[in-house]
Amino acid sequence: MLNKINLLLVGVGGQGTILASKILAEVALLSGLDVKMSEIHGMAQRGGSVVTHVKMGDEIYSPLVEKGEADIILSFEQLEALRWLSFLKPDGEIITGTQVIEPVPVIMGKAVYPSGIVKTIQGRVQKLISLDALAFATECGNAKASNVVLMGVLARRLGFAKEIWLKALDNKVPAKFLDINKKAFTQGYELV
Amino acid sequence: MKVLLTGNEAIARGAYEAGVGVAAGYPGTPSTEILESIVQYPRIYSQWSPNEKVAFEVGVGASIAGSRTLVTMKHVGVNVAADPLLTFSYTGVNGGFVLVSADDPGMHSSQNEQDNRRYGRLAKIPVLEPADSREAKEFAAKAFEISEAFDTPVMLRITTRIAHSQGMVELAEPVPVVKKEYIKNAQKYVMIPAYGRIRHTVVEERTEKLVQYAGETELNVTKIKDRKFGIITSGICYQYVKEAFPQASILKLGMTYPLSQKLVKDFASQVDRVFVVEELEPFLEETVVTMGLKVDGKRLFPLIGELSAKMVREKINREMGLASSPDEEKTREGLPSIPARPPVLCPGCPHRAVFYVLKKLKMVVTGDIGCYTLGALPPLEAMDTTICMGASIGTALGMEKSNPELAKRIVAVIGDSTFFHSGITGLVDMLYNKGKGTVLILDNSTTAMTGHQQHPATGKTLKNEPTEAVNIAGLVRGLGVKRVVEVDPFELARLEALIKEETAAEEVSVIIAKRPCALLEKAASGYMVIDESKCINCKQCMALGCPAIALRDGRVTINPEICNGCNLCTQVCKVGAIRKAGEDVE
Ligand SMILES: Cc1ncc(C[n+]2csc(CCOP(=O)(O)OP(=O)(O)O)c2C)c(N)n1
Ligand code: SF4
Ligand code: SF4
Repeated sequence: MLNKINLLLVGVGGQGTILASKILAEVALLSGLDVKMSEIHGMAQRGGSVVTHVKMGDEIYSPLVEKGEADIILSFEQLEALRWLSFLKPDGEIITGTQVIEPVPVIMGKAVYPSGIVKTIQGRVQKLISLDALAFATECGNAKASNVVLMGVLARRLGFAKEIWLKALDNKVPAKFLDINKKAFTQGYELV
Repeated sequence: MKVLLTGNEAIARGAYEAGVGVAAGYPGTPSTEILESIVQYPRIYSQWSPNEKVAFEVGVGASIAGSRTLVTMKHVGVNVAADPLLTFSYTGVNGGFVLVSADDPGMHSSQNEQDNRRYGRLAKIPVLEPADSREAKEFAAKAFEISEAFDTPVMLRITTRIAHSQGMVELAEPVPVVKKEYIKNAQKYVMIPAYGRIRHTVVEERTEKLVQYAGETELNVTKIKDRKFGIITSGICYQYVKEAFPQASILKLGMTYPLSQKLVKDFASQVDRVFVVEELEPFLEETVVTMGLKVDGKRLFPLIGELSAKMVREKINREMGLASSPDEEKTREGLPSIPARPPVLCPGCPHRAVFYVLKKLKMVVTGDIGCYTLGALPPLEAMDTTICMGASIGTALGMEKSNPELAKRIVAVIGDSTFFHSGITGLVDMLYNKGKGTVLILDNSTTAMTGHQQHPATGKTLKNEPTEAVNIAGLVRGLGVKRVVEVDPFELARLEALIKEETAAEEVSVIIAKRPCALLEKAASGYMVIDESKCINCKQCMALGCPAIALRDGRVTINPEICNGCNLCTQVCKVGAIRKAGEDVE
């Protein structure tokens, strides 16, 4: 494992980006690493673009991941992956769900949702995983758990023990959604 | 035990560990979660007040009566509380008093980006600036000690990046709740001029002692490493500096007002040149310059918005003639244009109906602050002014008096929480000075914008305990407004007729548009579909700006996943092409 990992989690208000970041930060805490997580909310609930920064390692100063600094970008929506692409390190990796959520200017017909986003990203980054997390989550019984499916994929890449992830889920996910979330996580974890 | 806490949670924890007895505030990003988090400590009495001034005054009383007291607000809230703040500085405290000012450089969710450290200087009270969650907890506790030791309110100034970043915090055992004896002391607490003059002398003497303290306290840390340059900094900027220059000499100020000349000069004398790195105003820089030192600060760094580690690295490297980092913009070259994703009123939001009608009637709308400010954005675009909380009503009166031709078209729009915050006095003014305005109170039973807090008309306290609910219509009638009507904004035709009628009336009218926020009560009343055979694709329904109504291949469609079934679009459609899914077509 790298001695410092910078992650950016990006999505749309309501997709569970902040919860996912909290789980990730908890994993770092349980593993004895220093960690900082930064979120901006406020307008997030109203369908805006949401980004959280998670940095872990021996000692973390700035809580922010800046342009060209992310080792991994975990994206819950295609367009958001594209929006934050410039934050990726040249050899960084993108994990994205293929879900499409049209922003209002697109809905209003004032802007177009770019086509072939996954292809566009593929042409520019060395490592890309894209999957229909929504479908997997629906299979597990709750479409809302698609963020956790993607967490599972991320977990495999990061290399902390699976038990630590499950413990972090225990600590952070409300009890009534825990089973579904664990199932969704395992789906993602076993996938790649 | 080590846990992850946001800066806001850490402040709540610090207050708890320091034996705080009373906490009050008014919601406002990025400060809101401090009180929401303090609720988990039942031994602390905590409450939302209707506005920051009252919250501050509740705090004043709590402190004078003997409790350690925490008062929280966002930066612009301190403007509202400034009156008691500036004189409470004179009286000083009994139980320790800490004011949290949560500033918002970059305006992530604010109407301006004022730098409230200047209030510290204006009120002559110490200002502490933590640089992460660990310090947020420690400084919160330390602030109470300083408050009592120097008999002064203390400002704990944080910014969005501190408030909303999680970091590791070591928890400690709380001390018992601090309760000092109350002793009547009019010379200290009754600020008539004769006593105020005496207290002003006390304040100036106090400041001298605080300057002395600033030179000794471990809140301020000098680290000399590389001597080619040294950086004076505080708060989140310290993290950016450390990230950019791990080997730099740094004077990290945990207490940014007042400063110790000796401390700063000692630091400066050990390095070849000095930079000051701070967001927003040149607050530290100005003071350091008056000490006769030559430093670089705002010549390099912007007055506007946030800084970053990258910016600190680049600016100082360039200044020092060092190599700068490579350009990372390449991945972006030739990318398709990426549509913005602005926030929108939710599907089913009751505010949408109001702005749809106001736009249709071509009203001049003096607006206010809340979710409904989104009514200013396309396609609704039905708002002419937004200044600060409560401004809508006074602004409407001023417009009417200044330009009588507009009178019949002016509507002041204000949310329920905002009305309690600072709308009532505006309405009194309108009545008193013979205004003829129409005020629309958007009663969605919550303070939605800041994350759904209770307010005086919801019947619940911060701790979710049942309480008296202020009756808005009764309150308004009690003031003397004769024309008061309540309407469900989703009854579009009635709403329109009422707005027409009330704006035409020759006296003050208040329309209360009453319906809970769509996120409070999940309507669960199904979703709408468009009957393709009837739809003439006129796109009238799209003028609502509902995110559930989308254009797909040139045709209007409704997204069943997010439609809330609010029934608004069915009323807007002229040919009756929209109906509830599953309902029969006649
Ligand atoms: C002086 C001040 N305090 C707090 C805020 C933060 N703030 C913005 S809008 C708002 C309340 C909005 O509630 P309401 O008027 O009920 O409208 P809603 O969001 O529910 O539509 C608050 C507290 C502010 N902008 N200014
Ligand atoms: S949170 Fe409530 S008030 Fe705010 S936009 Fe959504 S429905 Fe409207
Ligand atoms: S599509 Fe129509 S019914 Fe559904 S939320 Fe939007 S306006 Fe309301």
